Amino acid sequence: MSRGPSLLDERSNDGTAAEAAPLADGSLDTESEASASRVTVIQPATRWPKLDLGELWHYRDLLWTLVWRDIVVRYKQTFLGIAWALLVPIFTATVYVVIFGKFADFPDGGVAYPSLVVAGVLPMQYFASALTLSSMSLLSNLQLVTKVYFPRTLLPLGAVVVPILDLLIGLPVLLVLMWYYDTWPGGVEVVLAPLFIALAVGTALGAGLLLSAVNVRFRDVRYMIPVILQVMPLLSGVPYDVSSIETKWQWVLAFNPMTAVISGWRWAVLDAPEPVWGQFAVGTAVAAVLFVGGLAVFRRAEPRFADTI
Amino acid sequence: MPTVITAEGLAKQYSLGEHQAAYGTLRESLARAGRRVTGREHRHKAEQIWALRDVTFEVQQGEVLGIIGRNGAGKSTLLKVLTRITWPTAGRVEIRGRVGSLLEVGTGFHPELTGRENVYLNGAILGMKRREIDRRYDEIVEFSGVERFIDTPVKRYSSGMYVRLAFAVAAHLEPEILLVDEVLAVGDAEFQRRCLGRMEELGSSGRTVIFVSHQLPAVAQMCDRAIQINGGTVVGDGRPAEVIANYLHQTHSSGSERSWPEDSAPGNDLAKILSIRLVPHGDMPPGVVDVRHPIAIETVFRVAHEGKPLFPKIKVLDQEGAIAFNAMDTDDRWLQPTPPGVYVSTAWIPGNMLNEGSAIVEAAICSIDFPKLEHHAAVYEAISFEVLDPGEGDSARGAFAGQWRGVLRPKLEWTVEPDRRD
Repeated sequence: MSRGPSLLDERSNDGTAAEAAPLADGSLDTESEASASRVTVIQPATRWPKLDLGELWHYRDLLWTLVWRDIVVRYKQTFLGIAWALLVPIFTATVYVVIFGKFADFPDGGVAYPSLVVAGVLPMQYFASALTLSSMSLLSNLQLVTKVYFPRTLLPLGAVVVPILDLLIGLPVLLVLMWYYDTWPGGVEVVLAPLFIALAVGTALGAGLLLSAVNVRFRDVRYMIPVILQVMPLLSGVPYDVSSIETKWQWVLAFNPMTAVISGWRWAVLDAPEPVWGQFAVGTAVAAVLFVGGLAVFRRAEPRFADTI
Repeated sequence: MPTVITAEGLAKQYSLGEHQAAYGTLRESLARAGRRVTGREHRHKAEQIWALRDVTFEVQQGEVLGIIGRNGAGKSTLLKVLTRITWPTAGRVEIRGRVGSLLEVGTGFHPELTGRENVYLNGAILGMKRREIDRRYDEIVEFSGVERFIDTPVKRYSSGMYVRLAFAVAAHLEPEILLVDEVLAVGDAEFQRRCLGRMEELGSSGRTVIFVSHQLPAVAQMCDRAIQINGGTVVGDGRPAEVIANYLHQTHSSGSERSWPEDSAPGNDLAKILSIRLVPHGDMPPGVVDVRHPIAIETVFRVAHEGKPLFPKIKVLDQEGAIAFNAMDTDDRWLQPTPPGVYVSTAWIPGNMLNEGSAIVEAAICSIDFPKLEHHAAVYEAISFEVLDPGEGDSARGAFAGQWRGVLRPKLEWTVEPDRRD
């Protein structure tokens, strides 16, 4: 018997599948004995299936392939291609600078206003793309969901990874402004910058898990997303410095995790005022609740995706 | 041989209401919930459908198992549960070994991506590891025969090229247990032949294959064993030829035997047909005949008085109503005016003549009234039966398991000799 070393490998399922003991059958040849030790058990879904991290790890090749596909497909047959990842933040920031900086004179917290805005626009742009892609991820991969097994969690997960590339491509815009306005990071806190982006990824993933699962059953999500994304920049302090507004409103905005992301990120990369850590903790806690809740809803709904989508 | 798949009491329930709600909006659901809370609407019992009920079977390593059944019988649901696309409502399955599933060819192909990119994408979706695709890439491309277009987006491919490339990837999956849906339903005869060939290869190399199909010839030829599903449960399990024969016997409706009481028998005052039947043969269930065996059609008719020279005639049609042939008894005994009495006439259709599928027989008692054939008694679509090829390789289709078109399927005499000019 010649066998390729690996194929659709052992699949284990959230609590519905488990590794079991090898076959106690001496008649197996050595080769099949090694693989026959992989036992897939299919059972009715439990009420709150837990996440199987081992399985996710096992499917990492597929995750990267899906991410790669989305990145490649994204700019195919566009004239400007990946340049869009630069143009979108530049254009958005220009409008903010002119309208909010010149006409409305929003508070800048002592940082050159264009730098302040771009440092807010980049994470917000990431969040907008990540939320849109992840909440549509199950629907836009309908064909996969109904035809082949893999942990469905991969879809919203991959969708929040894809726009990280756009964020990285947009970073030179910020660097140019930092050089022009001389707004360099204040010190070692710059090494914390990736952590604030990680908080944005976590927030987008939590919301994306929740909304993608709801979207399978209620297509209303498609209409909700643009509304959320329209108000998010204003509620997260993208065109202004949050620490310059009235304290009680700061605490209200603190419930938005993206406020924490942006004020932390600005502190790390622009030497902006240090975030009020109490407020930061509130935002992080909300993100954590969103993530756990989103994951729970997603896992709960997962057994029915193929039936209801 | 060790058991690689054990399914016990497998059941899957769908609720119809749930499907309807899936197309509703959040507002409707909220409104419904509101009415329920205020007591204005009781939670109506959504209609439940059991797509699978108490399905229990085992599969041994190296077996090629065919699952057959009518549309909606539950075979696709069973496959979806086995491939873990959907979850069972009850029961348990244990699968030992690496599983590969193929519910369609080209799952996840993206039109904007090139052939090369799609090989990697589709391979990953079917469960191949990146390095494994790297290793087999050249083989896959060569097998597909689309080398020249491998860097062209697949949206510019013809549908034939698309399917060939997709199949090439699928054919290089090497799971220990392969679950296949009617992949064979797409593509031309050549493609189907390659699919079947590949599956037979897998089967003969000790891999276990479960194959869900409508294509009874393919099941008969390829599988070692067949399971028939009906109404979500297993109703037949055994040798493919037997299971298929039983299945055909259950599904064909008009029956292979009909008879009429004297007073309502079809016909005029000269002749009446009393009964017509397919004479059962060998170990086949009633209404099913082996394609290789002669088929006997028996017509019983009564001649009331001596009038004209009468003779029996039959007409055989295929399931689409195309006439395979007309035949009548031209024996000398029917040249004189027929004496009164009851006659039992049997027409023998040679073996290896009709094609597989349903056949319909019409019978008539005629006399010649030149230029017309006068019908004294006639029964249209009198009986039907199923012609089955058990796939043992000695019928006109030989070792080929794909689609075999034609109303007739004669096994001809073939001669071959060297070309003298050479």
